[in-house]
Order: sequence, then structure tokens, then C-alpha cells
Amino acid sequence: MNANSSSIAGQAAAVEQKDRERRAAEKAMGSAMRLQRIQDFLFHKVTLLFALSVLLVLAGIIVSLVIGAWPAFSEFGPAFITTVEWDPVNDKYGALIAIVGTVATSLIALLIAFPISFGIALFLTEICPAALRRPLGTAVELLAGVPSIIYGMWGLFVFAPLFGDHIQPLLGKTLGQLPVLGQLFKGPMMGIGILTAGLILAVMIIPFIASVMRDVFEIVPAVLKESAYGLGCTKWEVVRQIVLPYTKTGVVGGVMLGLGRALGETMAVTFVIGNAHKLSWSLLAPGNSIASTLANEFAEAESKLHVSSLFALGLILFVITFIVLSAAKLMLMGLSRKEGMKS
Amino acid sequence: MRLNKFLASAAVAAGAALAFTSAVAADITGAGATFPYPIYAKWAEEYKKASGNGLNYQSIGSGGGIKQIKAKTVDFGASDMPLKAEDLDAEGMMQFPAIMGGVVPVVNIDGIAPGQLKLTGEVLAQIYLGKISKWNAPEIANLNPGAKLPSEEISVVHRADGSGTSFLFTDYLSKTSPDFKSTVGAGTAVKWPVGVGGKGNEGVAANVQRIKNSIGYVEYAYAKRNKMAHTQLKNRDGQFVQPDDDTFKAAAAGADWAKTPGFAVVLTDQAGKNSWPITGASFILMHKAQADAAKGKEVLKFFDWAYKNGGAMATELEYVSMPPAVVKLVQDAWKAQLKDTSGKAIW
Repeated sequence: MNANSSSIAGQAAAVEQKDRERRAAEKAMGSAMRLQRIQDFLFHKVTLLFALSVLLVLAGIIVSLVIGAWPAFSEFGPAFITTVEWDPVNDKYGALIAIVGTVATSLIALLIAFPISFGIALFLTEICPAALRRPLGTAVELLAGVPSIIYGMWGLFVFAPLFGDHIQPLLGKTLGQLPVLGQLFKGPMMGIGILTAGLILAVMIIPFIASVMRDVFEIVPAVLKESAYGLGCTKWEVVRQIVLPYTKTGVVGGVMLGLGRALGETMAVTFVIGNAHKLSWSLLAPGNSIASTLANEFAEAESKLHVSSLFALGLILFVITFIVLSAAKLMLMGLSRKEGMKS
Repeated sequence: MRLNKFLASAAVAAGAALAFTSAVAADITGAGATFPYPIYAKWAEEYKKASGNGLNYQSIGSGGGIKQIKAKTVDFGASDMPLKAEDLDAEGMMQFPAIMGGVVPVVNIDGIAPGQLKLTGEVLAQIYLGKISKWNAPEIANLNPGAKLPSEEISVVHRADGSGTSFLFTDYLSKTSPDFKSTVGAGTAVKWPVGVGGKGNEGVAANVQRIKNSIGYVEYAYAKRNKMAHTQLKNRDGQFVQPDDDTFKAAAAGADWAKTPGFAVVLTDQAGKNSWPITGASFILMHKAQADAAKGKEVLKFFDWAYKNGGAMATELEYVSMPPAVVKLVQDAWKAQLKDTSGKAIW
């Protein structure tokens, strides 16, 4: 009994002891968990705040652009977009010259840059000997890091003279003789103009498009390609039938990235586009892009309408970029829906 | 612990930055025209050596300078185009000329030496309107008997960015050619009927040097430094003159500074046998009511020093300093117009 009771008492004490320990542990754990929960909560909120700040900045930019552009739009109406006029002395402005210049230079750039980037990426991933792959790939990436003003200066002082003295006369003599298309290649052979700007832009966006394409080509599973080679496909057939269908999303993404950069490029274009507020069928003639107009005129724009028209141009560039990006997203959505289907 | 250390070092850095900015804040600040930037920078450097006070001048363009001084973010603004007296009054500002310079037409034609080609304002205007399009056109040939002019298209080069240089050039063409005045007009940026635009003086100079049979216009210093072929121009008195210090000074001497409100004198097409017709002054803008009188006085001290000691530096950089008679008028205007908050003259 005695022994029993003492053992019971001992047991009770042990249980109590354990209980106390457990409670202490629970308490410690609870506080640790609470701390973690607070940390988690804070982490969640802080990252949310950072993410929201992007939206806030975007909204702020749109709002300030709209406010800045408002006087121009209320003065000229929607016709601002289709008017061919830019006359600071008489305070008459229209955006069409700059819009055409922006779109034309970007399209030329894309037409040239796409096939070349495609070739670069294919060579690097499929054909290139391993020893060359790394230096070549790094060189492409380095090209992407060159500041745009360097391209502009190189374009004006090195490329434009060569282009004007040798290539433009050649273009005029050959393509310029074609019946309708010839109009595009007639005109002043000064080495600067829409075509030169497009070419410089092409050089600038090639590294972007090429490195994105290379990255997506690299993720194609080797087993797919090997199976195709096993069936006796040539390199081109493998690329056409296996690599491209597998990576089309990434390819379109890379192209759009390049286009986005070409649309907004400022300094390099300003140097070589000729900066004339004129619309011409000739690609050799000087023109103007939205970004170069802004760069040239913002500092000295004095009349309220002039400043406002420049803001309006900025807003239009914003909208064009937005349209391009949404078109890309829509295309990608369409592509991924059809994935796996027989085309 | 690491965080604490980081915070501590951040605090130290912030303190240092604060100390640094307050040390710099004693400098006077100005912003505006790019045309006089080299000479203002040179003056600022020498003035700092002489007085210990610095000047921070940002060459953001005349338009930007006017905006900044209106917003009072700088102690003075600088503009190549004088503001009209009524605009000055509306903003409660005064302006005075600080330095002068000239704009010269430059050409790139094989066999034509610097200073050889003779042009008139009317012919220059017709070239920039695209109405004279060949170098051997009779209008040009008649002015230059004996010169071998090619039968080539003229490539016209103008400024792409808004600039005081363009203002002086178009103002001159508007004064000499009614045709140019009605179709293009004068301004820092205009709607050019023909030609390509270069960004800045260097852009125009590069294009003219590169494109055969081209014509452009740059500040005199650029033409001289790059050894470009400038032209002669016929001035108002019917004389053909070469651009240089003497002809720029002659243009300034003929102007009626005293009777022009706000010193808003544009020195293009001035009378005088030796006047270079595309001369211009660059202006300084200040608020008449100076909230910080000490700062305002520092600005005036700087320009007073520059008027007295800056002439040689100006000549070295191909600028022209203001004649003493004009400086006297300017300093009288300082006395009469610049007041501190209690209405006391600060000069």
C-alpha cells in the first residue's frame, strides 16, 4: 500500500513533471509558431507591397501621360493621330509622321533580325562544335549589353558613310528599278534615313532575339531529336518538325521582346534616322520616330501645346507597345491551346 | 547583429551624405541653354579658384532652363532666345545678356575653301526652302563669279533638336526673306521643308562633313575647331563679311540695348558696315523678388566677375564678351529691379 501509494505519488509527480515539460515545450513551440506566423504574414504583405508598387508606377505613368497629353487631344481631337504635320512655329501638331517612322523602322529591323537570329540560335544549339559554343554565346550576350548610344555613334560615323557611298547606290540601281517596290529605294543617298535606322535597330535587337531563341531551343528534349535523327531526318527536318513546334511559344516571345525594344529605342535611332518631320515613300529619305522626336524636342519645347503634343506622342508609343505585347500574349495563348494537336 | 551593423553604417552614410549636400548647397545653380555652356563651365572653374564659390550649371536646353527658373528650382535660368518683356513681367522675372556668339553657314563642296563662298540671306533662305536646289543655280553663281560650283543637288542639313542656334538662324532668314517668314518662320524648332536633321552642333557638323555638296549651320566655334568651310554673308549694309570676333562685336555695338525693354535684343541682321548678320546674345533669367537674397547676390557676383575677368576666356572659346557700355546698363538694371523680400535692392 505504502509502496503503492508512494509509487502512485511518484507516478503522479512524474506525470506532472512530464506535463509541465510538455506545456513548456508547447508554449515554446507556440511562441515560435506565432513568431513564424507573424514573419510569414509580414513577408506576405511586404512582397505584396513590392508587387503592387509596380502596378502603382505603371498607373502613375499612364495617368501623368494622359494628363500631359490632354491639351493636345482636346485641341486636335482624334485627328491628331492621322495628321501629317509638325509645325512648332504655328503650334500645329500631328502624330502620323512619327508613328509611321516608328513602325517602319521597327518592322525593317524585325524583318532583318528574325532570320539572322534564327540562324544564330540554330547554329549555336544544333550545329556548333562544343568548343565554339561558349565564346560565341557569350559574344552574342555581350552585344546585347552595348549601350545604344554606341550603336548610334557607330551608325552615324562608320556605317552611314559606307552605306550611303556604296550600298544605297547599289540598291537604287537594282531594287530601285522594280515597278512599284522601286519607290521605296529611290531618293537622297545620304546614308541616313528610315532604312539606316531600321538596319541599326536590327543589329541592336539580334542579340536579344538570338539569346532567347537559343535558350528555348536548348530545352527541347534530346530524346525527341534523337528519335527524329534515328528515323533518318536531316538537320533541317529536325529543326522544322521537332524543334520549332516544340519551342514556338518561346520564339514568338523572343521576337516580341526584340520588337518592343526596337519600338522604344531612342538614341541610336535619333542619330541615324535624319530627324525630318516628313512623310515619304522612300526608305532612303530621312524621317522621324516617336522616341527620337521626344529626345530631340522635349528640352526646348516651350509652348504648352508643343509639350502636350510630345506627351501625346509618348502616350501613343505606350499604346503601340501595349498592343504589340497583348498581340504576342494572345498569339501565345492560341499557340499553347493548339499544342499537341496535329497541325 | 549584422542588421544592427548595417543600420549603423547606413546611418553614418546618410549623415555623411547630408553633410555633403549641405556643403554643396552653398553653390549657386543654373540651368538652360547649351550654346553658352562651355564658357559658363570655364568661368565657373576659374571663379571657384578665385573666390571659392562654385557654380553648378546644367545645360539642359533653353526651354528646360525657362521651365526650371519659373519653378524656382534653380537660382538662374539661361536662354538663347530672349523672353518678351510682357512674358517677363507676367512671371516677375528680369533678364540680361551674358555672352554673345555667332552662327555661321558651313558647306562641303569640293574645291570651295573656307570663307570663299558668298551668300545672301535671301539665297540662303531659298536654299533652306528647297527652291534653290543646285549649287550652280544662277542665284548662287551670280554672287560667286569665278568659283567652280558643281551641278549637284544641295543637301540641306538643319538642327533636329530645338535650339537657340536654330532660332538665330531662322530669325535671320525670316528677316531677310518674306517668303521664309511666311512659310517657315522663326523659332527654336521649325517645320523645315527640306533636309535632314542632326542632333546638336556636333550632329550638324558631322552630317555636313560627311555628305558631299551639303550645307548646314553651326556655332562659329564648331566651324572653326572642325576647320569647316564657312561662307561669307552679305549684311544689311550690303557688305560681304567674314565671321569673326570683330564682325560679331560690330553687330552688338549697333544694337539699341538701352531702349529695348528686358534687353530682348536679337542681334540678327543688324546695321553696320562690319556686322556679321547672324549674331546672338545668350540671356540669364532671374526672379525680380529674390527670396534668398544672399543666393541672388552670389549669382550677380559671379556674372560681375565674369564681365570683368571673363573676356579673354570667352575669346579663347570663340565667344564674344559683352561691350562695357552694355555691362553698365545690365548692372543698372540689377540695381533697379532685383529686390529681396523686404524690397531692398540686393546689388
